Amino acid sequence: MHADIKAPSEARRINFARLASMREAGLIVIILALCIAMSFASPHFLTWGNFRAMLMSFSIEGIVVVGMTILLIVGGIDLSVGSVVCFSMVVSGALFLAGLDPWTASLIGIGVSALIGAAMGFFVTVVGLNHFITSLAAMVIVRGMCLVITKGTPLSLFTLPPAFKAIGQGSFNNIPYVIMIFVVVVAIFDFLLRRATAFRKVFYTGSNEKAAQFSGIKTRQVKFWVTVLCSTLAGLAGVIYMARFGAATPTFGAGMELNIIAAAVIGGASLNGGSGTIFGAILGMALLSVVTSSLILLDVSVYWQDMIKGCILLAAVSIDHFLHRKKS
Amino acid sequence: MTQAPILEIHGLSKAFGPVKALSDVQFELKRGEIHALCGENGAGKSTLMNMIAGVLQPDQGDILIDGTRVSIPSPAAAQRLGIALVHQEIALCQDATVAENIYMAAINARRMPLMNFQKLYADAQKVMDLLAPIPVRTKVADLSISNQQLVEIAKALTLDCKVLMLDEPTAALTESEAQRLFSIVRGLQERGISVIYISHRMAEIFSLCDRVTVFRDGHYVATDPIKAVSPDDVVRKMVGREITQLYPDKLAPKEPGRLLLSVNGLSDGSRFTDVNLQLRAGEILGIGGLIGAGRSEIAQTICGLRPATAGTVALDGQGLRIRNYSDAVKAGLVYLSEDRKGSGVFLDMPIAANISALDLSKLTGTLGLLDRKAEDRQAAEMTKRLGVRMAGIGAAVSTLSGGNQQKVAIAKQLSVEPRVIIMDEPTRGIDVGAKVEIHQLLRQLAGKGVGIVVISSELPELIGLCDRVMVVREGRIAGELAADELGEEAIIMLASGVQNSSNQQKQAQNVA
Ligand SMILES: Nc1ncnc2c1ncn2[C@@H]1O[C@H](COP(=O)(O)OP(=O)(O)OP(=O)(O)O)[C@@H](O)[C@H]1O
Ligand SMILES: [Mg+2]
Repeated sequence: MHADIKAPSEARRINFARLASMREAGLIVIILALCIAMSFASPHFLTWGNFRAMLMSFSIEGIVVVGMTILLIVGGIDLSVGSVVCFSMVVSGALFLAGLDPWTASLIGIGVSALIGAAMGFFVTVVGLNHFITSLAAMVIVRGMCLVITKGTPLSLFTLPPAFKAIGQGSFNNIPYVIMIFVVVVAIFDFLLRRATAFRKVFYTGSNEKAAQFSGIKTRQVKFWVTVLCSTLAGLAGVIYMARFGAATPTFGAGMELNIIAAAVIGGASLNGGSGTIFGAILGMALLSVVTSSLILLDVSVYWQDMIKGCILLAAVSIDHFLHRKKS
Repeated sequence: MTQAPILEIHGLSKAFGPVKALSDVQFELKRGEIHALCGENGAGKSTLMNMIAGVLQPDQGDILIDGTRVSIPSPAAAQRLGIALVHQEIALCQDATVAENIYMAAINARRMPLMNFQKLYADAQKVMDLLAPIPVRTKVADLSISNQQLVEIAKALTLDCKVLMLDEPTAALTESEAQRLFSIVRGLQERGISVIYISHRMAEIFSLCDRVTVFRDGHYVATDPIKAVSPDDVVRKMVGREITQLYPDKLAPKEPGRLLLSVNGLSDGSRFTDVNLQLRAGEILGIGGLIGAGRSEIAQTICGLRPATAGTVALDGQGLRIRNYSDAVKAGLVYLSEDRKGSGVFLDMPIAANISALDLSKLTGTLGLLDRKAEDRQAAEMTKRLGVRMAGIGAAVSTLSGGNQQKVAIAKQLSVEPRVIIMDEPTRGIDVGAKVEIHQLLRQLAGKGVGIVVISSELPELIGLCDRVMVVREGRIAGELAADELGEEAIIMLASGVQNSSNQQKQAQNVA
């Protein structure tokens, strides 16, 4: 073998680029193939209306996926995101009905979501529980709080001022604001994750927590803040949903966490931590969304839809496991 | 020994993507011999072992056992053929007990439906005691690296094998454990078992082995009877050049620098008590002692990686308040862990990212963004200085050979320009040539006024490199040796607490 040192730029291309982009290129190919096949199967598929609907449907969830991906990279997981989305929505809605202006109410809703993240972060980093159990408990507790606040009935928020509803319903030049917010959030965090020093520490911590500690990284702080970030983004998604639906339903978002974790994992985030990209996770989301849309257009029953999505997840995780095992 | 060799390798090649790990190599193991395999880091030794043990598959070439061609598709198949391998990297189940780990392979082979734990513990203890009195009911995660290494060896001893391959078994061991291992290996040889022995320590090879084969850059170089060659010959074949000076010149006596690090009355309440240590600028201080004496614990406590119950640490005369390791790094005090895989490197991350992990602030711009070009430059420079064999600085550390992973861990420490650097077994698994390079680097750093502490189980390294050696025994400083008092015997005496030579002989007998 030859031990020449290659030019740094060339060497860089080998790693990050190669493994990650292989997965991402693969996903793009699958999504395109599905789209082409569907355009033959259904005349409604390849229309701006359908695409807009698909984009809308995954834009808000996509914001949550961003937080979940970063949390998966650090080696955590959050099962409570669906509940927190709902909580943020319900708290903001209730405060609005109590007379607060909707913008302040929303900020408070996002704030309390961050507090839930902080509480989970406390149990994970200080008490020493793991993310799975902590967020499982939070999922149930927070859902309960939603039901308590609303007394179990949906809050009707049709009195929300139009300027606020526009966030979820309006558009500029035929591009919905929702999609714009989504693109901005994705762009910011994708950039930060690749370039910012603070986020590099997330990778170190997820890759080998002990080695990170032995490199002077305060891993508990890193895990705490990433947990807070994930809940905060879920809170942001919650208020956007509120603007979109003009209502706050206490059962909203149940089961959402599975879709979100599935998307991140299909996009290459490892449940063992240390790897994952935002772009990949969004592609995972897009794939699930295209599949759902196709199944609806093809008139497949809802029961089958879940089964098929589950199988896609299983296939993606199997591939991941296979690649991982081959590596070590 | 007129029969066919027990193991033959012909024209074997193996590539990992673009990296050719082995090209057309040959190898022959006679019945009942101990055969050394030498080569620089990344020469392909472990790769060959992994193919014989069924972990990897060759791209080309034949493996012959007892003169017949075999294919070894899996580790289980290798086991059936009577081949056992002690891996270079520790691969134990961290959450299982020592006994369960020792008998894992054997249990698997026997296919017993139920386990008799009483018998398991008794049998395992018997095997373990051959090497060291480690209680077999302990969880592996609670053992030090050296003890884990011993468990790994014990595991192989339980298998009923014809060929035993030891890949750097002594890298984590001190002299006395190594001696015990050698006597066991000689015992196996008498029972007709053939052994392949990989090590970077020439002294071991020349005292233990019958023949030696050298690989260089994935190519076969030569096989010689050990009696026909000298250590210098072997080293020359390995590195392709002469190594004239094994250790750099020492500090000229009577030029003590200012006091840099001073540790007073440090205790952790369990592993060590009342440790005092003074380190001067420009000095390389060695720390010796037996495994489990508390050397690593002392170093980790100084750096804030473990809590202290009493004592003070001062750097440059200023008392340090170290609550965690990042405080220490900020103050210029860094520590290289002895556990490369567990806490030294990020295996699935690129080499460049590994090297920059210790001091990201240096590479961070005003906006909090990482300067990737600077990171790459730093990695290119450090890997070149240490001679890391790799596909590129973007390759994951897991694709490197053991010694090259260690070089990356060292590069990480050296990239921060520390004031005091404490290295725990810095040259573990590193080949002769690179070792010289690293020692020279350390001496250069010391020359610039950096204080260096080297914890080492390798006596020649302590003696050759250090200006002064402190010996730790059972959590206390047993004594200190100045440059002119350094010698293997003096260190062993302090480390084991044996005073006169008759006692020492007795102990040597016990060991043997
Ligand atoms: N999984 C892998 N992927 C890519 N390259 C690899 C892989 N495993 C080994 N290599 C490469 O193969 C070469 C030989 O490695 P090997 O581990 O056999 O070296 P070695 O002789 O055992 O060295 P050391 O003394 O450092 O243990 C190295 O250059 C290494 O980078
Ligand atoms: Mg090796």
